[in-house]
Amino acid sequence: MNWTAFTPLSALAGGAIIGLAVSFFLLLTGRVAGISGIVGGLFSPKPGDFAWRLAFTVGLLGVGLAAAVMFPEQVTASSTRSPLAMLAAGAIVGYGTRLGNGCTSGHGVCGISRLSVRSLVATATFMTTGILTVTIIHFAFGGSL
Amino acid sequence: MSATASTADRAFVGGALITGLLFGVGLVLSGMTLPDKVIGFLNPFSGAWDPSLGLVMVGAIGVHAVLMRVILKRGTPLIDTKFHLPTRKDLDPKLIGGAALFGIGWGLGGVCPGPGLVGAASLASPLLLFVGGLALGMGIFRLTNKA
Repeated sequence: MNWTAFTPLSALAGGAIIGLAVSFFLLLTGRVAGISGIVGGLFSPKPGDFAWRLAFTVGLLGVGLAAAVMFPEQVTASSTRSPLAMLAAGAIVGYGTRLGNGCTSGHGVCGISRLSVRSLVATATFMTTGILTVTIIHFAFGGSL
Repeated sequence: MSATASTADRAFVGGALITGLLFGVGLVLSGMTLPDKVIGFLNPFSGAWDPSLGLVMVGAIGVHAVLMRVILKRGTPLIDTKFHLPTRKDLDPKLIGGAALFGIGWGLGGVCPGPGLVGAASLASPLLLFVGGLALGMGIFRLTNKA
């Protein structure tokens, strides 16, 4: 265990705010706030179904911009991965989340809260392959790729 | 409240913006926007595991699982005539394969879609590359699968 890196309070509080965000969206619109689904829908725009997706995305970007100014250490990525790995990671995540109908928010938070069987299986699957990938890179490539 | 069902309504678009802002604040506070921290979480066999981000799931699910049940008791959401929750229960190869791919990409980069978008706004090059790839992957899916 790496106790010096352990940040239980900010992780719990941040998670609780995420829970409030998806609950607010459900209360208002009756829909699941899954990020990959909302953003992915920007790629197949339908009339009247584009502006809200863009607004949600702008909200995320706006917070990122504000955080980069106010708390740069929380968003300025120190990444041990190469540029090519980051590009490939994005493409695999983009394709995979569309194919599997969700990511950490839609399946991991909304789906598990609902006890959806599909989301429980999806979350167990991506946790497993995520840990496998990191573990292989850690032991076979010394943690950098 | 008058119930409408259009996603183009000003209230819907404004609500989506507020949701994105609140979600983004949660992601930044939680540490999900730090790729090395995500990798530290997905690395339990390394001897230097950082379990913090498991608590993000605990906090988010803990709040939403309770509020969701209260909200669904209302019968209808505030600005639509009914709830639109996923109803599928089948476990098909697309779900498993897609989730497996997502996990591989998540472990490779240490970034999932939301934190990628939040972090890209800082113009940090690893996250800009990730979001470029994200758009590429979603675009390829769109072109190779009929909506």
